[in-house]
Amino acid sequence: MKYIVCVKQVPDTSGKVAVKPDGTLDRASMATIINPDDKNAIEAALALKDQNGAEVIVVTMGPPPAEGMLREIMAMGADRAVLVSGREFGGSDTFATSQILAAAVNKIGVDEDDIVFCGRQAIDGDTAQVGPQIAEKLGIPQITYAADIKVEGKKVTVKRMLEDGYMTIETQTPCLITAIKELNEPRYMSIGGIFDCYSKPMEVYDFNTLKDDPLIELDTIGLKGSPTNIFASFTPPQKGAGEMLQGSDQEKVDTLVGKLLAKHII
Amino acid sequence: MAEFKNSGEYMKDFKGVWVFAEQRQGVLQPTVLELISEGRKLADDLGVELAALLLGDGVEGLAKEMGGYGADRVILVDDPALKDYTTDAYADVICKAVMDKKPEIVLIGATNIGRDLGPRCAARLHTGLTADCTHLDVETTKYADFLREASTLDVDNMIKIGKIKMEDRNLKMTRPAFGGHLMATIITPRFRPQMSTVRPGVLKKAAYDEAKAEAVIVEKYEVEIAATETKVVEIVKEAKQLVDLIGADVVVSVGRGISKDVEKGIALAEELAAEFGGVVGGSRVAIDSGWLSADHQVGQTGKTVHPTLYVALGISGAIQHKAGMQDSGCIVAVNKNESAPIFEVADYGIVGDLFKIAPMMIEAVKAAKAAK
Repeated sequence: MKYIVCVKQVPDTSGKVAVKPDGTLDRASMATIINPDDKNAIEAALALKDQNGAEVIVVTMGPPPAEGMLREIMAMGADRAVLVSGREFGGSDTFATSQILAAAVNKIGVDEDDIVFCGRQAIDGDTAQVGPQIAEKLGIPQITYAADIKVEGKKVTVKRMLEDGYMTIETQTPCLITAIKELNEPRYMSIGGIFDCYSKPMEVYDFNTLKDDPLIELDTIGLKGSPTNIFASFTPPQKGAGEMLQGSDQEKVDTLVGKLLAKHII
Repeated sequence: MAEFKNSGEYMKDFKGVWVFAEQRQGVLQPTVLELISEGRKLADDLGVELAALLLGDGVEGLAKEMGGYGADRVILVDDPALKDYTTDAYADVICKAVMDKKPEIVLIGATNIGRDLGPRCAARLHTGLTADCTHLDVETTKYADFLREASTLDVDNMIKIGKIKMEDRNLKMTRPAFGGHLMATIITPRFRPQMSTVRPGVLKKAAYDEAKAEAVIVEKYEVEIAATETKVVEIVKEAKQLVDLIGADVVVSVGRGISKDVEKGIALAEELAAEFGGVVGGSRVAIDSGWLSADHQVGQTGKTVHPTLYVALGISGAIQHKAGMQDSGCIVAVNKNESAPIFEVADYGIVGDLFKIAPMMIEAVKAAKAAK
């Protein structure tokens, strides 16, 4: 029994964000973190492992330094890691990325009792597309926005959140589940885990490892092959600076209310 | 299902604009009418038909309203198997209909259901999907005007050097990226249909036209629905009334600044919001800290709002928050720190302690209302 968790290393957009003069993100100057929703996916897999002893395998696509993140996740309790890395994969959109990750997951192997986990969405792209697209490529059912997961044998029951409530959905393994922050509280690395993580196995899949997988089409991966292309990018304009109200606190408030009255907002 | 390869010459067969008409328990999601209003404009620019694709059980009655907002046709798949949304049954029907009828554009609301369905379908249809769009154009002159307004790009030079080609008829899908730090316009030049999920609450609803409502064509579409591997056991509507941020005329939001007395900070925001007849929102910090439930979140990962008045109490104005509120009619910011980025988007800024300022605001608004 295996739980395969797909994760992404992302720039920490909640902190200081650096934009280069050409309008692209200055990733080099920004701290990287494990994508927050992916941490909930990791915790979901580890919590099930605590119950049933399944093997937890963590997979990421990214540049070689992403190995550090994978070691961190092994220090949390994952058993092994796969780094999918290759120049040919760079610039992939969600369609292309999901093919590459699906091929990697396919190489690890998805058996009858297995579950693939992803975070709902990554904070850099915010698309929430890669999870469902991996499920489609693998030909397994998907349940997104999971806030609670029960696994009994092959039966999987998930509380799937909607904007105005939730659905309870049943399916069978193998399946793919995307996690949201309401699902659980991710654990920290353990001291023992930090000692062990460097002796745990880490594999690297490059272009040659995956190029013959039936789930990959070589003409729709990477920047050139991706179905979607960036036509233009720009920074949103700053609204002209407004008026800073002056005087004592009471004077500022009175001025404000006067302005709102004049604008018929009050 | 066999993969659907569709690039090259084959693209020319794709015509028409479709909107996925998401309904839950027989009720149309409000964003569907926004999509139809927008889809109408795109269809007019392309000179093609606008159709709504409606799946459900006993939902034919929803067709007329969509006609009134601009749909020429409603393609109806009415089947007990489609009563409640399941990814498998809905994706199956939609992909079969798309392969059969070949629309050039498919718009889906970026709801929790649309964001589940869209990527599954796009992967099966072998085409691109752009997530959470906030602006759409086919007509390049309109897109150029949009860029002139929304960016600092040298649009005329881009046209001159051929970066923007006036004859380009691709759907230009603009969306925020990197938590709102960047806007990106995405195209799907080599594949059809061009698919987009669209952020609810951003595009404007058109005026309702009774004559168009009466004229809508309802086309019953028969399709064999594959067996599903997922089963909906129950659907629970949360008893708790969720806050209607998108529909609110006034939003009073709180952020990190209330941390020294969370309870009092929220009570003040509620009282001020009540004076304005508005609702309370919060920044990511307020939601992640558990001070307010997730439905209150304004920002890139929460909701995009454009009320008449937005009051930010103790919110520093991280770009991810600004992305969700900077198009509000009038923005008032109260913050202790005079260099807080929120002041960059505020119409009126007050440097001060919100615990002192907010009570004064409540009293002053009360007095102003009484004097009217």
